[in-house]
Amino acid sequence: MKNRLTCIALAMGALYLGSTAWAGEPADSRTRTMAANCSYCHGPDGKSRGAIPSLAGLEKGYFVQQMKDFQSGARPAVVMQKHALGYNDEEIEKLATWFAAIK
Amino acid sequence: MAFNRRDFLKISAGAAGAASLGSFSSLAIAGAKPKVVIVGGGFGGATCARYLKLWDPKIEVTLIEMNDKFVSCPFSNTVLGGVNKLQDLTFGYNGLKKAGVKLVKDEVVGFDTAKRVVKCKSGKTFAYDRLVLSGGIELRFDLIEGYDAKAQKTIMHAWKAGPQTATLRKQLEAMPDGGVYALSIPAMPYRCPPGPYERISMVANYFKAAKPKSKILVLDSNADIVSKKGLFLAAWKKHYEGMIEYRPNSKPTRLDAAKNTIVLDVEDVKADVLNVVPPMRAHGITAMAGVRDDKDNWCSVDFRTLESKVAPNVHIIGDSISAPTPKSGSMANNYGKVCAAALVELLNGREAEKVPVITNTCFSATSSKTAIHVAAVWRLSAEGKWEVPKGATGVSKEESEIEWHYMESWAKNIWADTLAL
Repeated sequence: MKNRLTCIALAMGALYLGSTAWAGEPADSRTRTMAANCSYCHGPDGKSRGAIPSLAGLEKGYFVQQMKDFQSGARPAVVMQKHALGYNDEEIEKLATWFAAIK
Repeated sequence: MAFNRRDFLKISAGAAGAASLGSFSSLAIAGAKPKVVIVGGGFGGATCARYLKLWDPKIEVTLIEMNDKFVSCPFSNTVLGGVNKLQDLTFGYNGLKKAGVKLVKDEVVGFDTAKRVVKCKSGKTFAYDRLVLSGGIELRFDLIEGYDAKAQKTIMHAWKAGPQTATLRKQLEAMPDGGVYALSIPAMPYRCPPGPYERISMVANYFKAAKPKSKILVLDSNADIVSKKGLFLAAWKKHYEGMIEYRPNSKPTRLDAAKNTIVLDVEDVKADVLNVVPPMRAHGITAMAGVRDDKDNWCSVDFRTLESKVAPNVHIIGDSISAPTPKSGSMANNYGKVCAAALVELLNGREAEKVPVITNTCFSATSSKTAIHVAAVWRLSAEGKWEVPKGATGVSKEESEIEWHYMESWAKNIWADTLAL
């Protein structure tokens, strides 16, 4: 998979090792930031403390279906319909993949 | 599959790299660790520090904060209502230290943005490649005559959680049954739009149980309740009928602290407990750095990177910025991450994300068992403006007990997320 965080170094560059394995595939920085922005409600790494559900480890298909059901209203929501309507299909797929990879 | 795969980041350096990447030129020395200095350890600054270390451990992150402890403004109204204690919302910075952030307890007294240096009261100086200012708000006591240093000893604002919150709670406890509590609310924009109305709800909740003959006066500088209006009015009618009097367009002109009296345009109001939240603007450190707009009172930034529109390499996050988004802890946390993500890209010679997505979720307590919320998602347009997709904003249908539980969970999660608890 193409990884946006891998960049080819120019000559003379110092070499650093940076682990981006914080939250699994796909390690693209846009999805990483979007996923991080879920965590102020759903907990760091999607692991919630308290009544708000965790997102970590949710099966990908389930995550996508819930977001679509929040969007349509098929799944009644207290808060999540507004949030679900803020993302497009591709972003929901990527977020689902991201959270599914967190153990 | 590649969960544990490591990505090798090579830092471009040397003449070729520096020439092709303008914002990267400051890091042209091969092997130099990029330095980010963050001023202010609230929701914005602490989050930014934590995520910078998480996303690019080689960046040297220094967080300068005046206080030993983080005291959460969200939930501080529940302390006034006697539901929680101040220590329940007070945390140390050890999580951030463990995450690799260099914590410095000091007060910033100046900047040299040309040489990229921060000067502290202790005499210490800190050099940076990128500076992040997350000072929050500055309270404009000077805009209300009589709200001087002496008056500030007896009249609380309690709009920065901490000792002010504790004192206001003591004043409410000492107030006799049948007394009057008055809250003066500044004109928008101010920190936490629903906050004053939540405060009214929490104080009313306390009075209802402990001193039911008491009255609450809401002296709002605005023409109407600015946030969650229908929900607050419904809650006040349901839980506290007859206790709360709301007066719009009640801008204060003068305080007489000795008489516990606030002078409005048309009348003087005396209260047993007078709580005056003055107007506010971006924190004084932003003026010190030359990034606060004198007319606007806040800081204009490029929302892709949160970089100042007037000073390169200076980024501003949280309540200090001029934005259509509310000045909330949730937003400061989100802006801290968008800024951290942009800095990681910029400091590695790449471009910042073009279309960041940010969200806000603000819960407000309406009683000791119920709460309401407002939520929204913003996406950055090609023109650099925040836009809310259709349907991606709104408030609760009605107050509910489940939202009280969500609010508590939100608090635990945002504290853990912000402070690496």
